[in-house]
Amino acid sequence: MKFLENIVHKMEPKFAKGGKLEKWHPIFESFATLAFTPAHVTSKGTHIRDGVDLKRTMIMVIVAMIPCLLFGIYNTGHWEMVAAAGDRSLDFWSNGGEKFLLGLAVVLPLIIVSYGVGLTIEFIFGMKNGHSLHEGFLVSGMLIPLIMPADVPLWMVGVATAFAVIIGKEIFGGTGMNILNVALLTRAFLFFAYPTSMSGDKVWMAGTENTAVDGFTGSTALGDLASFMSEKPVFENLAEYTNNYSFMDSLMGYIPGSIGETSVIAILIGALILIATGIGSLRIMASFTIGGYLMGLMLNGIGGNDFLMLPAHFHLVIGGFAFGAVFMATDPVTASQTATGKILYGLIGGMLAILIRVLNPAYPEGVMLAILFMNVMAPIIDHYVVQSNIKRRLKRLKTT
Amino acid sequence: MSEEVKTKEPKEPLFSKKNKKLVTDPLTDNNPVTVQVLGICSALAITVQVEQGIVMGVAVLFVLVLGNLIISLLRNLIPSRIRIIVQLVVVAALVIIVNEVLKAYMPDVSEKLSVFVGLIITNCIIMGRFEAFAMANKPWPSIMDGVGNGLGYAGLLILVAVFRELFGSGTLLGIQIFGNSLPGEETGLYAMGYMNNNMMILPPMALIIVGVIIWIQRSRNKSLIETH
Repeated sequence: MKFLENIVHKMEPKFAKGGKLEKWHPIFESFATLAFTPAHVTSKGTHIRDGVDLKRTMIMVIVAMIPCLLFGIYNTGHWEMVAAAGDRSLDFWSNGGEKFLLGLAVVLPLIIVSYGVGLTIEFIFGMKNGHSLHEGFLVSGMLIPLIMPADVPLWMVGVATAFAVIIGKEIFGGTGMNILNVALLTRAFLFFAYPTSMSGDKVWMAGTENTAVDGFTGSTALGDLASFMSEKPVFENLAEYTNNYSFMDSLMGYIPGSIGETSVIAILIGALILIATGIGSLRIMASFTIGGYLMGLMLNGIGGNDFLMLPAHFHLVIGGFAFGAVFMATDPVTASQTATGKILYGLIGGMLAILIRVLNPAYPEGVMLAILFMNVMAPIIDHYVVQSNIKRRLKRLKTT
Repeated sequence: MSEEVKTKEPKEPLFSKKNKKLVTDPLTDNNPVTVQVLGICSALAITVQVEQGIVMGVAVLFVLVLGNLIISLLRNLIPSRIRIIVQLVVVAALVIIVNEVLKAYMPDVSEKLSVFVGLIITNCIIMGRFEAFAMANKPWPSIMDGVGNGLGYAGLLILVAVFRELFGSGTLLGIQIFGNSLPGEETGLYAMGYMNNNMMILPPMALIIVGVIIWIQRSRNKSLIETH
């Protein structure tokens, strides 16, 4: 946060009266106040040098999600056009405005439903328990649309959001008390409750069912890869797969998938914002990625079929791996709290994610389940980290 | 002899307040499932359909009432060191009767309930009532206690099963409530895009429903909330 504050202070004269960018002053000010009020700093006793409260933290996470959101809207529009034309080779960057509007028509209702349902429930519990509205849902409400397939029915999102907020969060005591990531719980609920609307070939592009071409499937990279485990793979071999989904395409995000998860570049921009402001834990992001990469290498070593032989770096750019590592695993409430614990938490989480993804064809995306599992394990990891530290220091005490 | 008659307490009416309480208490504030949290496994396993819930509830009710009666009649003859074995023999005999009757007259339900009828033997509610009540009380109150606890268990089972069958399969006792869900010929709500919730069919959802019922019950009756 300190880093950001310095930048803002440096920029302030430019926006002041008579400055070069005077016109933009309202925007500058609204951002600065969002990010830096309240600026309470204590003068005696324990020193709080920077009063980062919940609201400021949450706003920064939302800012970090904006690149993903914008790219997700555009990508959704692109694949809707592809589905309508039945032609996967459409140029990604042509007809930009139209695609953005198409995507907006899909994504905006999702955002409205997610915030509407979630905040209503938070208000009701806030009134019952006599506290003001907690900011916790601001981030969850934005994460939920980003991890949905484009074609998911809105009422399902509403039901799942209500379930996740009540069962996942409010019964534990509200914001800061939940053991499971609320946004991921929403997705897990949908995945188990309405599997046909959350997986398969038909849900990733809006309007796949009205496609102009017979036999056109809206399958994703992961779905096609998982078919290597079955009798009838979509692609003959790995080379054909990489022709269709090149590493660059997956990195840039020119592939179908959940709305916000496809572009690793957009996610990395978000990750930089989170790390620079000190909100997201670099330890978790890095160890999660390393864990996934190591598991990918290990599976390569075992070999057997084309999915197992997929080069490990491909695993990092397809599906929700990057999004999960940056925005889901780092959730400060549900992740491990200790420094060593964070590394363990990330490593095991990343390994499990790839393990489930590759070895269980019933769950093409293992990231969601891996992170939820690690959420449950986080307190245990912390407990043993703290205990081992106590033990080590006791030993030191005895020897002297 | 005449002295004995004098010291004997006045005969309690069959449905005295105390006896009634034995029946009504387990239905609400001392429910074996939601308050004592016994018999959870079967409540999770066989509440996918209301029919199974009803049959299971009736089976447990039958075993509990007769078992309580038998144990209560035998209570002064059972040496306390082997009382658990005697109780087990009684439950096992009753459960076998239930199982055979189910197999003979309701073979399809019996198949769906599978091992869970046999597992009534290990249902904590039954052993618990034998130990806690029937071993120390006369036959009539024991029967009342059995009826109360059996109904409390059956009631909760049916309540959970109603939610699970309604939202998981869209039916109640096999009758379609929301219309036809067959793909291609949807009617009613299904034609409008409604879908059955698969999660309701999985056991974890039964746990969540039982949890929500406990939550509602405790928020209505604060005396049930533990202080620590």
